[in-house]
Amino acid sequence: MAMANNNGEGRGTASFPPWIMITLRTIGSIAVTMLGLMFITFIIGRVMPIDPVLAIVGEQASKSTYDEAYQQLGLDRPVLVQFFYYVWDVLHGDFGDSLLNARPVVDDIKRVFPATMELATLGVTMGIVLGVPLGVIAAVRRGSWIDQIARVVALVGYSMPIFWLGLMGLLVFYGILGWVGGPGRVGIFYVDIVPSVTGMILIDSMLDGNWEVFKNAFSHIVLPASILGYYSLAYISRMTRSFMLEQMSAEYIVTARVKGMSESAVIWRHAFKNIRVQLITVIALSYANLLEGSVLTEIIFSWPGIGSYITTALLSADMNAVLGGTVVVGLVFVLLNIFSDLLYKVFDPRAK
Amino acid sequence: MTMINVKNLNVWFGRGRDRVDAVKGATFAVERGDSFGLVGESGSGKSTILRAIMGLAPDWSGQITVDGNVISGRRKPAFYKQVQMVFQDPYASLHPRHSVDQVLGETLFLHGFEGIDTRVAKLLDDVGLGAKFRFRYPHQLSGGQRQRVAIARALAAEPQILLLDEPTSALDVSVQAEILNLLADLREERGLTYVMVSHDLSVVGHMCNNLAVMKDGEIVEIMGVDALRNMQAKHPYSQHLLEASV
Repeated sequence: MAMANNNGEGRGTASFPPWIMITLRTIGSIAVTMLGLMFITFIIGRVMPIDPVLAIVGEQASKSTYDEAYQQLGLDRPVLVQFFYYVWDVLHGDFGDSLLNARPVVDDIKRVFPATMELATLGVTMGIVLGVPLGVIAAVRRGSWIDQIARVVALVGYSMPIFWLGLMGLLVFYGILGWVGGPGRVGIFYVDIVPSVTGMILIDSMLDGNWEVFKNAFSHIVLPASILGYYSLAYISRMTRSFMLEQMSAEYIVTARVKGMSESAVIWRHAFKNIRVQLITVIALSYANLLEGSVLTEIIFSWPGIGSYITTALLSADMNAVLGGTVVVGLVFVLLNIFSDLLYKVFDPRAK
Repeated sequence: MTMINVKNLNVWFGRGRDRVDAVKGATFAVERGDSFGLVGESGSGKSTILRAIMGLAPDWSGQITVDGNVISGRRKPAFYKQVQMVFQDPYASLHPRHSVDQVLGETLFLHGFEGIDTRVAKLLDDVGLGAKFRFRYPHQLSGGQRQRVAIARALAAEPQILLLDEPTSALDVSVQAEILNLLADLREERGLTYVMVSHDLSVVGHMCNNLAVMKDGEIVEIMGVDALRNMQAKHPYSQHLLEASV
């Protein structure tokens, strides 16, 4: 996708400064990627052997009711024309109405995406804060007990089914110990108390200064976020470890030691600085994975996020909702990709 | 006066059944201002001796004395101010994302020098690189230019001893002579002591006053460079090595 961008060596057109060329090319690549994604999802939606009309009118509807709904949805036009109209609408911020609840899909996404984003951001932050240092230490003290522990932690993280971990977490920390809030984003008494600004309850309650809601929301999010955080920790710590091992065995590290530098400066100032670029890619990827919505976690914790939204929509043949959700997830991937490309250029002087 | 004294040095890697003895009972002394060569085939332990002196080999026994001080354990910054090393491969030994300025500046900073700006310019001048190389990155330099930067980096701390680990073997033949002449000039100007590892007898013959011949981790013979030139080696392996290089 956007990773394929070369480093902006736009010499073809002499009349524009290079940064304009880079921006234009970036926008172009976003457009092509998104159009391709929408086209494929749209076609899949149209060729699927499910009837969106039936989902609306019901099985008992008469032929005339059926035909009317059929025309209203624009299904009588050629598929390409339908696609064109769809793209036109999307460009105007209209993803169509959900077939199930007859509300605009945009409104649904505005509701579910912040919920996922809140969860994913907290999760990936935990993964970074714990995973990166763990990976670095494991690499520097290769073969020591801490390396072994990091290995086991990561292995368990990779191989444990998330729904099992979620259920056990709920059983132990909510059911038995009562340390955390249960499923859902806030307790039933706290629903819709703070005005929705960002859609993320932690931030909204902070903005509102309502710390009781904040505390309750935090007690609800901490368990699912920890579970997602554990998964990204497993991935991030392993990748950090292998990136660091590669750098620490390079000869310029020996040079740095010979310079008379302290070992911690060698590790952090030389080796770690050089893995930042690779690390950013890994972190962006695992963040994107969480933003896509972890369906199982969302279902177990009754978290009204985008993962469970798309899944529910898919199971009830609500193609407008599926398409809308897919476009948003795709956009997130593309934007994170571009973001990591940008940081790449900031951190690597050779890319300038 | 003896600058470096190595007595009965053993260096090994791994332990138990995996143990490899890289250097066995090496003993030699280098006078102040001398240039001492270590020659031998690949894997004979010559580079390992330099690494042991530099504190880069984890397991060793014996005694190493530098300028009258017995060294052991982790080297202190003061040690690295006195002893510096130039590595074999200038493509690998320079930090890939640091400019020449950063490489030299950092070393100067670590050893507490003042006037870093003028010192960096002076160092570049000393190794025959102009001011235009100052803000380049290693990938923008040729092999010879990189090795000059590596030498400038080693000289930045103003050491008395330079350990040279095959400093020219990764370079083109035409560039090799330039670097060797630079090293010879620097030694003369600054009164440096060199320990140089090479598998190339003609390089050692050009650069060194005395040399040790190594085989399988042991020093088999120590001789003057005159003996080398007159093919007067005593040990059969040294004779063999001399004949092979004629």
